[in-house]
Amino acid sequence: MATLVEKIWNAHRAAATSSGADVIAIDRIFLHERTGAAALKSMAAAGRPVRDPARVFVGMDHIVDTRPGRSDQTLMPGGQSFITETREAARAAGLTIFDVTDRDQGIAHVISPELGIVLPGCTLVAPDSHTCTQGAFGSLAWGIGSSEAEHAMVTGTLRLSRPKTMRIRLDGRLSVGVTAKDLALALLARFGAAGGAGHAVEYTGSAVAALDLDARMTLCNMATEFAAFTGIIAPDEAAFAALAGRRYAPQVFDSPYWQSLYSDPDAAFNAELSFDASSVAPMVSWGTSPEHSIAVTATVPQGPARALEYIGLAPGTPIAGTPIDVAFIGSCTNSRLSDLRRAATLLQGRHIAPGIRRALVVPGSSAVKRAAEAEGLHHIFATAGFEWRESGCSLCFYAGGEGFSPGSRTISSTNRNFEGRQGPGIRTHIASPETVAASAIAGVIADPRNVSGALT
Amino acid sequence: MTPFTTLTSIAIPLLRDNVDTDTIIPSREMRSTGRTGLAAGLFAPWRYLDVDSRLPDPDFPINDPRAAGAQILLGGDNFGCGSSREHAVWALAEWGINAVIAASFAPIFKANCLRNGLLPIEFPPAAFAWRELSIDLAAQTVNGHHFAIDPETKTMLLEGLDVIALTLQSHAVIDAWEAADRKARPWVYLEPHA
Ligand code: SF4
Repeated sequence: MATLVEKIWNAHRAAATSSGADVIAIDRIFLHERTGAAALKSMAAAGRPVRDPARVFVGMDHIVDTRPGRSDQTLMPGGQSFITETREAARAAGLTIFDVTDRDQGIAHVISPELGIVLPGCTLVAPDSHTCTQGAFGSLAWGIGSSEAEHAMVTGTLRLSRPKTMRIRLDGRLSVGVTAKDLALALLARFGAAGGAGHAVEYTGSAVAALDLDARMTLCNMATEFAAFTGIIAPDEAAFAALAGRRYAPQVFDSPYWQSLYSDPDAAFNAELSFDASSVAPMVSWGTSPEHSIAVTATVPQGPARALEYIGLAPGTPIAGTPIDVAFIGSCTNSRLSDLRRAATLLQGRHIAPGIRRALVVPGSSAVKRAAEAEGLHHIFATAGFEWRESGCSLCFYAGGEGFSPGSRTISSTNRNFEGRQGPGIRTHIASPETVAASAIAGVIADPRNVSGALT
Repeated sequence: MTPFTTLTSIAIPLLRDNVDTDTIIPSREMRSTGRTGLAAGLFAPWRYLDVDSRLPDPDFPINDPRAAGAQILLGGDNFGCGSSREHAVWALAEWGINAVIAASFAPIFKANCLRNGLLPIEFPPAAFAWRELSIDLAAQTVNGHHFAIDPETKTMLLEGLDVIALTLQSHAVIDAWEAADRKARPWVYLEPHA
């Protein structure tokens, strides 16, 4: 009679507070170099040590240089101090660091499952809103701020009331050329960027079961764009198999707890939504919120004037055919090996259009980069006119320093199309890696299903 | 943390939906690993006609003469969405904002407010634009209108509690829970590395 989230919650309730909230044990904490130093230095100043350093991990992903031959130096002015101060503070606290030039370096949400840090049924927090990505493995994983990160590190717990629960049932088969990214954008378009309203969202249904783990991560990744507390998918054999034997994970998942990680059939949710996955087309955003998303075959709607003005498109214009300047494949949403493979399939034997001023592929982790190179994907990208980078967040967001030229229109496999997210005045259209690749070839926003022979 | 009890101030309207933390404090305005020096970057893309020269846009609400000294900001739906950066709250607080009244909040932003003594109130904001408002947290009212707040966070704010110190007081309970959990879920606990 309990939901998956309730089961995980109850298994972590270390105490209750006098006002009715819970003290929830935190199993795994991830920091990154953009905010890690602030939290660790504040703790050190208060004389508060990390309770269990062996369960705190530090990634270098947000502002690291992604050009080949990188060092601690960053293109972001002053960025190096974020890296060195985080490293020093993390070393002093005895934390595990995946450093700039380590084999295991990568975007936190990509390397965590690679290394078996996230586990089904565990609680995992990080000062990063896309921590929800890791809910794909049946972990209760959510983003927090710096103060809560300090609380989690010092006490091993967080104080909070159990979030309300929402079930989103996704049935039907995704059509050829349609991905988890399109599904996430279609949900945002249908229910709005506030649609999750602080709920812990469990994705269920045949369309979810059919997704591989990379795609489940893409779906859960955008739970934060939906204003959800987090997203989660009940772990199945595929999820256990993906983690078993990884460096920080058990060899087998054989205890009764692992087998209990699903919502009971009669469990009650605070809210329920359902959506037909078979109706989804490749999606692309037209505005400045992820909810401003439409099928690539549709026309720009009569949306908020401010968004239309920023993006520079008129209502009624077909979104396909919009000229683009930049193509970006990367981010914790879509930079895993399967994402790169699918994009490479479209780009094989083709070249980006002459009007494209810049095209980049940034693998989500150093391990993804090595695996892609072992398959020769980097040659396909390079031959097609894409730069091949070291792993990191890169131009998913603009920190100062490296950026696209002002006013550029980008097609991007990332998760946020906010005003200025990729730089001042940059107009971002978010889409799947396939749609980014197809658009780069065409020089305009394009439907990946029209790239002949590429998709089956 | 400074206790929050009552607040009377003009309310600055920023009645847009989905105001994101990248806009509240852009990444490029976060120049040090500290928590200060952020007020000048608050809403930089909207507040300045030219960000580099800091030329103010007179049409942006916080540049309105009525906003001088105001401590309440009004927002639309899903205020504070996007990045988890607590710098968004630090920037608002450093500029002088002590309460945000919005139709709804993104969850991480709301949690960050509470950890910094900044009161997030979920209430339809439209009628409050440029009005003087009186907030009474104990009574849970804005100009007499009732608002809801979680009891735990209400206590935290009213008493200005150091949450970490408070939880550390329960260390014996947490230690006992963990000792039992080590037997139940040994795989969670990792060996300290060399
Ligand atoms: S890739 Fe982008 S969204 Fe993901 S963690 Fe990095 S900056 Fe955030």
